[in-house]
Amino acid sequence: MSLLKGIAEAFSLILTLDPYLTQIVLLSLQVSGLAVFFAALAGVPLGTYLGLKPQERTRFAGKLLYTLMGMPPVVAGLLFYLLFSRMGPFGVLGLLYTPTAMILAQFVLAVPIIAALTMIGIRSRGKDVQETARTLGAGRLLTAWTVVRESRFAISGAIVTGLGRVIAEVGAVMIVGGNIEGHTRVMTTAIVLETGKGNFELAVGLGLVLLIISFVINSLLYSFQGGGKEIA
Amino acid sequence: MRVFFKLLCLTLAIILIGGCSNAPVDKGEVDKVDEFIILATTTSTYDSGLLDVLLPVFSQKYGTKVRVISQGTGQALETGKRGDADLLLVHDRASELQLVEEGHFTDRQDVMFNDFIVVGPSADPAGLKGIEKVTDAFTAIAFGGHTFVSRGDDSGTNRKELSLWEKAGIGDFKDWYLSVGQGMGDTLRMAGEKQAYTLTDRATYLSLKNSLDLEIVLEGDSLLFNQYGIMAVNPANHSHVKYESAVKFIDFLMSSEGQELIAFFQIGGEGLFFPGKGVDD
Repeated sequence: MSLLKGIAEAFSLILTLDPYLTQIVLLSLQVSGLAVFFAALAGVPLGTYLGLKPQERTRFAGKLLYTLMGMPPVVAGLLFYLLFSRMGPFGVLGLLYTPTAMILAQFVLAVPIIAALTMIGIRSRGKDVQETARTLGAGRLLTAWTVVRESRFAISGAIVTGLGRVIAEVGAVMIVGGNIEGHTRVMTTAIVLETGKGNFELAVGLGLVLLIISFVINSLLYSFQGGGKEIA
Repeated sequence: MRVFFKLLCLTLAIILIGGCSNAPVDKGEVDKVDEFIILATTTSTYDSGLLDVLLPVFSQKYGTKVRVISQGTGQALETGKRGDADLLLVHDRASELQLVEEGHFTDRQDVMFNDFIVVGPSADPAGLKGIEKVTDAFTAIAFGGHTFVSRGDDSGTNRKELSLWEKAGIGDFKDWYLSVGQGMGDTLRMAGEKQAYTLTDRATYLSLKNSLDLEIVLEGDSLLFNQYGIMAVNPANHSHVKYESAVKFIDFLMSSEGQELIAFFQIGGEGLFFPGKGVDD
């Protein structure tokens, strides 16, 4: 199996919407999409709160967030494995080897990224906006909302970065998902399996889809960094 | 920009709705049919493709899906002990019997067997092709310092390999011995790339043979016998396990239909597993 032949067959798998491949791609998008959706609900308010506080008073929280940003996915996987295994504290829920467990693990990976990047974004512009809003007589919530609106490109960038990170990780979903065909098999775990089995065309096909998704995600990120000029 | 945000919201909404529609639906069936059971099995049975033949027949018959977790035997036994699977299909007979004795598992059956083989580069630098006894072959590898790739993952194959080194009286592993911690397929692939020797079950080797640059250099020693067992997690230890469905699956594999499916499973005209018990107690 040459690489070129693999790529050619991979393209035909993608173009014919091979059912096995399609199903894996959709599950990946679902798991990582939901994880990032919930992570944004938690991370954006947290990052905004920290970003509006004086930097000296959030030093420890900031360091903690930065540390958690670098948490290796396998460690998150191990943590949730121990929590959700039948012998673990949440074993009765029967969540191990389900998509729910995968979403939770990826949620934990994405929250610090989204919160930290939001915090940085808010810090860079938020102070001026906050003062202007206060001067115009806005209450605390309205002020916060105005700050978020004005920092929307930075925040969107934070969310997209989180998505890029979790959709590409393999360690956590492998451990808590178990790579069950049709149930918890996502792109990254499928690539590991199919490479081991010698099904290179499928592995390459999934790799290509992952790269395409990564390209889309990073194109968005690129435009957000330019203040959205490329999109509108 | 607004258009873009609407698109983003729409995409998220689709993902969310898709996520909901995938959730298991309780159809309130009258007879108690479990929606799924979890089978922890070895990489060797999984990578060979045998389960792709067996599982659809079972699911069609009983309406229960089988979710397969592919692990090394040691890890699968641990998963079962913790109650994270409903039943196991593994190959380390002595440990299996002991764990049944200890009450972790129940309803164990000798479901099928095949054998281990030693594979290596066609040039066969250690000269194993003329050797009959696997212990002699292992001695030749060790003394010649020829590269040997070990699973190193506490799988059934890895346990077998370690027992063979012990029988050969070799306990000094130097840099010729690579413990890689991977499944059977990956280990074979690494052995091929490194032109090294390794111990493998016949089924995985045959199913991957075409994409590997490795040959069988030793086979047929009675020490290389490989019995697979199937057993359910004891419901006395874990009340949540789907014991009845697990027993249904065991009965299905042991039925003449299941045993025939195993016997007729071939790759490239060669049978990979032999049904039933192939070992004397």
